Amino acid sequence: MTSAQETSLSGIFFGIVRRDVRLAWSQGGTGTMALSFFLIAVTLFPFGVGPEPQVLARIAPGVIWVVALLACLISLDRLYQADFEDGSLDDLALSPLGLTGVAAAKILAHWVSTVLPLVVVSPILGMLMNLPDGAYGTLLISLLVGTPALSLIGSMGAALTVSVRRGGVLLSLLVLPLYVPTLIFAVGAVDATAGLVDATQPLALLGAASLLALVVGPFVSAQALRLSLE
Amino acid sequence: MHRFANPAQFNRLADKILPWAKLVLAACLIYGLYLAFFGSPPDRQQGESVRIMYVHVPAAWMAMFCYLVVAGASFTEFVWRHPLAILAGKAAAPIGATFTALALITGALWGKPTWGTYWQWDGRMTSVLVLFFLYLGYMAIWRSMDEEEKAGRAASILALVGVINLPIIKFSVEWWNTLHQPASVFRLDGPTISGEMLWPLFTMAIAFKAYFVVVFLYRMKLEINRRKLSVLRMSRVNG
Repeated sequence: MTSAQETSLSGIFFGIVRRDVRLAWSQGGTGTMALSFFLIAVTLFPFGVGPEPQVLARIAPGVIWVVALLACLISLDRLYQADFEDGSLDDLALSPLGLTGVAAAKILAHWVSTVLPLVVVSPILGMLMNLPDGAYGTLLISLLVGTPALSLIGSMGAALTVSVRRGGVLLSLLVLPLYVPTLIFAVGAVDATAGLVDATQPLALLGAASLLALVVGPFVSAQALRLSLE
Repeated sequence: MHRFANPAQFNRLADKILPWAKLVLAACLIYGLYLAFFGSPPDRQQGESVRIMYVHVPAAWMAMFCYLVVAGASFTEFVWRHPLAILAGKAAAPIGATFTALALITGALWGKPTWGTYWQWDGRMTSVLVLFFLYLGYMAIWRSMDEEEKAGRAASILALVGVINLPIIKFSVEWWNTLHQPASVFRLDGPTISGEMLWPLFTMAIAFKAYFVVVFLYRMKLEINRRKLSVLRMSRVNG
């Protein structure tokens, strides 16, 4: 007899989360890939635009956010595809959580395992990019509030392209237009703080974007997955 | 509505509409272009370059209208599973993408003499660019999967998710500081644009709509015939 713990809905939900987090940091997972890309790509910018401090300070919020976004993007195409290929997604589709719950669990796992490390590392990159002193707090808040939207919106694109060969490119084309508002609000918030202006408005809009993505993302991902599983 | 799910019925309907649509297209295009070039005054501030407006604004209106058609077709597909709904989206999308590109290009050409720049990342231009990418993504999904049925439904999901961009485009000139002028035609208080400019604008808009109807109907007939062909091929293979 299985214990009540294992068969409860939250037990199943967090079981999926735990599994995906472990997989992300295992051999061939996306955890190290996203983190290394983030570190290396941001470091390239001072080499590209020159080390002049004012220039770096001006572009720091945008560069950090764009590269975090891209790091999230490259880790997304394996979100559902790995399970789709070996048949686990068919099993997960039968779970009492429903595909929406499964999608939500996998998105949460993606955010915790792949995106949260980027947020943790971002102050170091802020130092490398000469981010203005007052802006570190807003940078962290904007990342914490805005990156869930990245995982959620990205999951929709990943679900739509799960059965497409080399779906990564199509995934980028689908997801990048939808990422633009999040990026605009997030960088707007950090730029506001750097300019000694109140950042509440862009942060509030960023929060709204994430909340909207939270409502729409798992449901739409489930619908898209259902298409490929038929 | 389901009466026209029968391809033969749809083809009959299309064949009835097409000659009228072509007539309206020819008449309005000729009259509209005449009005645009000769029948309307140059602008007080912009001079003759204002005439680009008569292509740029209707193209932008069509860009949004075609997206509504695609989104409406996608919605119909999911709610009513109308057999032709998904084809309507596939037929309308390239037309919309072309109008969006036309709007962006004519806008850039108009912006240079008027504002001094081809492009600015303001709310409206950014969101119309996003609209263009949404069209491209929609068309790309159709080609991405082997099974047309699934590809169509996946594309429909994207179209519905992207609908939020339309109100952003419409209201972007009011929400954000921008080089674009605020709405002067579709306003609650009535249009503020002069009547002599309004007529060519509307005539060109009707001409573009008629163009859409003509091309859309031809594309639908094309898709229906393509389906018929693949069914025939299948039945030949299966004996």
